[in-house]
Amino acid sequence: MPKRIFQWLMIAMLLIAARAYALSADEAKSMASGESDARVAALQKAVENADARTVRFIQALADDAVKLVGEVPVMVLDGKGIDPVTQAEVSVPDTAEDVMNNNRMRGELDTALAAVKLLSPEVEVRRAAIKTLGGQVDAGKLPLLEKALASETAPDLKEKLQLLRAAAMLGSDDAAKRLEAATQLGSSAQAATKTLLVERLQVETDGGVKAALQKSLGTVEARLAWGDRLGAIFSGISLGSILLLVALGLAITYGLMGVINMAHGELMMIGAYATYTVQVLFQKYLPGAFDWYLLAALPVAFMASALVGAALERSVIRFLYGRPLETLLATWGISLMLMQLVRTIFGAQNVGVENPSWMSGGVQLLGNLSLPYNRLVIVAFAVAVLAGVWFLIEKTRLGLFVRGVTQNRPIASCMGVNTARIDTYAFALGSGIAGLAGCALSQVGNVGPDLGQGYIVDSFMVVVLGGVGQLAGTVYAAMGLGILNKFLEGWTGAVLAKIAVLVFIIIFIQKRPQGIFAMKGRSAEA
Amino acid sequence: MSNITLPTPQPLLTRTGWVAWLAALMVLCALVPALNLLVPAGSALHLSDFAVALTAKIMCYAICALAMGLIWGYTGILSLGHGLFFALGGYAMGMYLMRQIGLDGNYKSNLPDFMVFLDWKELPWHWALSGSFGATLFLVIAVPGLVAFVFGYFAFRSRIKGVYFSIITQAMTFAAMLLFFRNETGFGGNNGFTDFKRILDIPIATTSMRMTLFVMTSVTLLVFFLLARWLVGSKFGRVLQAVRDAESRVMFSGYSTLGYKLTIWTISAMMCGVAGALYVPQVGIINPSEMSPANSIEIAIWAAVGGRATLIGPIVGAFIVNGAKSWLTVTYPEFWLYFLGALFIGVTLFLPDGVVGLIKKLKGGKA
Repeated sequence: MPKRIFQWLMIAMLLIAARAYALSADEAKSMASGESDARVAALQKAVENADARTVRFIQALADDAVKLVGEVPVMVLDGKGIDPVTQAEVSVPDTAEDVMNNNRMRGELDTALAAVKLLSPEVEVRRAAIKTLGGQVDAGKLPLLEKALASETAPDLKEKLQLLRAAAMLGSDDAAKRLEAATQLGSSAQAATKTLLVERLQVETDGGVKAALQKSLGTVEARLAWGDRLGAIFSGISLGSILLLVALGLAITYGLMGVINMAHGELMMIGAYATYTVQVLFQKYLPGAFDWYLLAALPVAFMASALVGAALERSVIRFLYGRPLETLLATWGISLMLMQLVRTIFGAQNVGVENPSWMSGGVQLLGNLSLPYNRLVIVAFAVAVLAGVWFLIEKTRLGLFVRGVTQNRPIASCMGVNTARIDTYAFALGSGIAGLAGCALSQVGNVGPDLGQGYIVDSFMVVVLGGVGQLAGTVYAAMGLGILNKFLEGWTGAVLAKIAVLVFIIIFIQKRPQGIFAMKGRSAEA
Repeated sequence: MSNITLPTPQPLLTRTGWVAWLAALMVLCALVPALNLLVPAGSALHLSDFAVALTAKIMCYAICALAMGLIWGYTGILSLGHGLFFALGGYAMGMYLMRQIGLDGNYKSNLPDFMVFLDWKELPWHWALSGSFGATLFLVIAVPGLVAFVFGYFAFRSRIKGVYFSIITQAMTFAAMLLFFRNETGFGGNNGFTDFKRILDIPIATTSMRMTLFVMTSVTLLVFFLLARWLVGSKFGRVLQAVRDAESRVMFSGYSTLGYKLTIWTISAMMCGVAGALYVPQVGIINPSEMSPANSIEIAIWAAVGGRATLIGPIVGAFIVNGAKSWLTVTYPEFWLYFLGALFIGVTLFLPDGVVGLIKKLKGGKA
């Protein structure tokens, strides 16, 4: 019985469509007033053969700019009443009632707008419309989609439209059409397509179509799985590069100098707040160059953290060399004071750091895999900082002195190296790198007084796992932990993944205590 | 044959020591209850309920500090995970208290409210023993002990020491905190346990119950002090101090240090568990934030402030720091963290032997 009604409706619609046809007063009225069901039906009918006036009217409906004068809908645009059918200006009395749209109606209006915009002459409007329509097409939109497909010129949009059309055809009554749709959908890489195929598979009765659906589902799933896998690797690399940035500074202060600095996270926080301050200054004095504030923030963040680090080394840490447990407690105290200081100056709330416009957006690689620019920039930045640290430690005179003091302090001193000054420089360098890490973190996460607390356990784990005193170990450990963490996350959820990683590190250290015991012989006692 | 003279065995406490110990016992078990209950509220001698509750809380902390003194001050192992053992003891007691709520919860169910909220139909397996008070007392000691034993066995066996051990214990308590935050582990998620009604079927909020818990806490602290005193005075305790001062030499002398370190580590963890179990019914709440690394590191600073290489020092330190905390967080809340931070730095730089060490030095200077 419903099938018969549907057929009648199809015939009726075809008859209506055959007539060259514009928005009528009746149609406008039934779209604007009455029960939701009737309005939706009227709206869908109007979309089938929309002209410019229909589009304008639907847009006005979606914008809540339609009032009912008696029973006649009138668009209110720029304070003027306009009749949707004749486009003539009419007066709007105060008694006119607003047209109310519930959520369902609103959704339908959006879909309808997107559908009619498929025929827009602007490529970008069409692209946006295709994106909005996404997976929510039914057989009713088929004629419109075919029309859009016929006139579409951009090849990439044409491809997407074809998929949309296939998705719409999947609900068709004609088994041959469904077969065609099922085969075509196999070339998609959207998660929505998978849902669509699975849904259809549950109700499909025709054997041939079923087989085709199954086959397409297989290929789509395989493609999606690749996207997921690559996505996990990328977010692993991204997390790894953040860990690397955080741990690089620690690799110098802890790895080379042997100072357990529990305030390392707070030095990062200072870098992040320095970035915030630069941002505010740019907003105030140089709004034109706002996009480039990050470049100015980098040296500021580095210097701010480096100066604080140097001050700490001179005032506290220098008196505790060779007493690691005491250093740990004293630097913990420093971290508490720095956090409270920032709270006093900037307030306990998180502050907002905006991405420059060139960092928003991303590269779309696969249907379900896009790489955000800010993550890519951070990966590149981590590589650059790593290269810089390597160059500084291995190729410069300062680096030579730092290594010399690490290997044998008395001999270095005999050779005329001012070891106390080198200590300060090295500690300041490590702190400055923490500041750079903070600057990077401000672009991907919240900036608040306890920014550093979340990273301190992680960063020590990276250094401990990688082995003390070598940059290569830090790099491997950061990347390994990052990727391991993200893979486990997809499998067990974020918190359990973190616990699993911690347990893994504890077990790993059982097996390879050398990972943490780089010192050998007598110095191992110290 | 060379003559090896062993140190003459010291008595558990000197005569003055015993007098002081008994005096403390009298004050805590008789004078404080009397001042609180018998002296009228208007009198200058009256001790407010708040002061009694605060003292009880700090005594629980003092037990932790004492345990920290044993492991850090006497054995040289700085643990940054003692908050975990404290919380485990507390959770074991909390589970019992949750079961004691019975049908009086918001949902009038046999299950604790949070389980009804999560739509669980029966108690998870690890709640099996929580119905009985005797089993709970066993769990309070056994769970922290077992966790400490397993963790310590693996850590000490691979000779992890110094800061590495500290950092790994910190990671341990951090991981446990994340685990307890989860709803599905069956510990009430981030709300933990609260809203307790009774203990041993006696209402928990009555004056007599509070005073009983206070006296029990006092006795536990004083008995643990004697126990610790006996431990460090014994041959076992002397080996521990030797491990602290030169572990390699102890090993070369033919001792296997693993057993010694593991024993004191486990005892210390059990003491913290007991402290946690006493703490929870008195403050009326336990949640995963007790396991945060910051809490554990604070235990270390109590011991350091008082003087970690003594037994009375950590107890004194717990009272000084927590007394200052409850005063400052009320009067100058924004200064508390500055003060605590400065305390960390000042004590490590200028007072390596803590307040007790300072007093000893001043006395020595006068004599």
